[in-house]
Amino acid sequence: MTGIIGGLPDSILQFTYLVAGVLFIQGLRDMTHPRTATRGNKISSGGMFLAVVVTILWFEVLSPLVLGAGLLVGGAIGVWLAVTVETTEMPQLVGLFNGFGGGASALVAGAELIDVMESGNSLSVGLASTAAIAGIIGAVTFWGSLVAAGKLHGVVGDSPVSETVGHGIKVLFLSAAVMAGLFLIVRPGTFGSAPLAAWIPSYWVLVAAASVLGIFLVVPIGGADMPVVIALLNSYSGLAAATTGFVLNNTVLIIAGTLVGASGLILTVIMCESMNRSLTNVLFGGLGTGDRDSEDMEDIYEGKITESSPEEIVMLMETAQRVVIVPGYGMAVAQAQHAVAELVELLDENGVDVEFGIHPVAGRMPGHMNALLAEADVPYGKMRELEEVNPTFSQTDLVIVTGANDVVNPKANTDDSSPISGMPVLNVAEAQSVAVNKRSLSPGFSGIPNPLFAEDNASMLFGDAKESMQGLVNEYKDATS
Amino acid sequence: MTFVENLTLFVLAAFVGYEIITKIPTNLHTPLMSGANAISGITLLGSVVVAGSGSTTIATVLGFLAVVMATINVIGGYLVSHFMLDQFSHGGRN
Repeated sequence: MTGIIGGLPDSILQFTYLVAGVLFIQGLRDMTHPRTATRGNKISSGGMFLAVVVTILWFEVLSPLVLGAGLLVGGAIGVWLAVTVETTEMPQLVGLFNGFGGGASALVAGAELIDVMESGNSLSVGLASTAAIAGIIGAVTFWGSLVAAGKLHGVVGDSPVSETVGHGIKVLFLSAAVMAGLFLIVRPGTFGSAPLAAWIPSYWVLVAAASVLGIFLVVPIGGADMPVVIALLNSYSGLAAATTGFVLNNTVLIIAGTLVGASGLILTVIMCESMNRSLTNVLFGGLGTGDRDSEDMEDIYEGKITESSPEEIVMLMETAQRVVIVPGYGMAVAQAQHAVAELVELLDENGVDVEFGIHPVAGRMPGHMNALLAEADVPYGKMRELEEVNPTFSQTDLVIVTGANDVVNPKANTDDSSPISGMPVLNVAEAQSVAVNKRSLSPGFSGIPNPLFAEDNASMLFGDAKESMQGLVNEYKDATS
Repeated sequence: MTFVENLTLFVLAAFVGYEIITKIPTNLHTPLMSGANAISGITLLGSVVVAGSGSTTIATVLGFLAVVMATINVIGGYLVSHFMLDQFSHGGRN
């Protein structure tokens, strides 16, 4: 069972794990600033490399050939996915990766059980509980993440199952999985003296039940809540690692697992706060479908919508001293970030004070807009968070909203009965004038109309974000050259 | 005593994690998410530690699939984070 260096004193393994743990912590510390973040990511991956290599050399897991082939195939797929992904598809890819991590735990736990059975060793309580935990959390994470990624990618729709039936199914399959886990750990009653072979099936029952649970946990949740779900599943997988660390007395598992658990949990809480919703609400109740408000829409918009053109907006830009751009998911979908970045550069060259106002849940992932803008080489210093930019709108001449809707909806502040009531929003209407670039007047994810569009100082620039922003760039070039 | 020691480690790691992660700016939350995701691939170690030598075909197949999936998670997660962060540092230089 011991590998190449397994004969060395145990303290060397423990010491290496300590070093790996320190590297993970230092890696995260470096993530607190964009300048050091790249280094932090490298340090953290160094910790992972160290921990994996030392563990593989210490314990013989698979034959070197199978292990090498697995690493090669997995590494190639990982590199290929990471290199070919579009920044807009990043959220579903992260979801997918998370699922693979979970799936791996469930599979290895199964492989271990079979091996223990074949080698005639007895199954310790520690191994049985580790396997049960890895199996349940792994299977839930795998299927939950696949459904989440499918929803973000638009290939999985919302569930037709009623809420009551859905909850019933979840409770049923969770109980089944836990029961099977307990059977594996305690191995009670009639088969008491039977060989482990009689108990292995209960592990696969556990995995099957947890798989159904994972699917039913995520299917009823609305597509735009997926970032919260992915952060939460990530947190689960971290906590599962920490729990396994307890069972095995493995320090690096406890440290790394706890860090991931904390990170996932903190991101989950931040996202829920940014939407002013409780976690329970995200997990068990969707936002309104918008039926209630379909009649208001006519009242709010009728006769009050001013349509604008790139020429008119460029005229506003020419006289403006301060411009704020508010991007949203529409910009991401249209891949308009490069045109937006070009516009910002032109404004900057002409001495206009130009910044971005970025809502924490704009996009499909925490910080998604920032990543997109960084891809288009927008200077980090131009991206302003909600709390920073909100007090500046009253001194702003022009706000250009592109592809964002709910995050600039004043109803969050004014209408207590609205589903987004109390959600912190960007108060763009306080600016001198607001240009809203959107394909139509259709409501956003929350399904409610946006009174901003009917404000006196607001005008609508209808059209695809990329074409519209490119139009502004061309017009502005002509006007200023 | 070991449980208490492990618990000590867990509680301390939780505090350290909380202190550091709350200081990470919103702008870096997406790379943080994929980076943390890659770290969660550490679960594989737990399984590796107790795993046997893959003496049966079925165990070998399962083990192979697990290594493939975990490697995709770890390599892919770190790479995606790296590409994103690289873009941030370009933007920061302007």
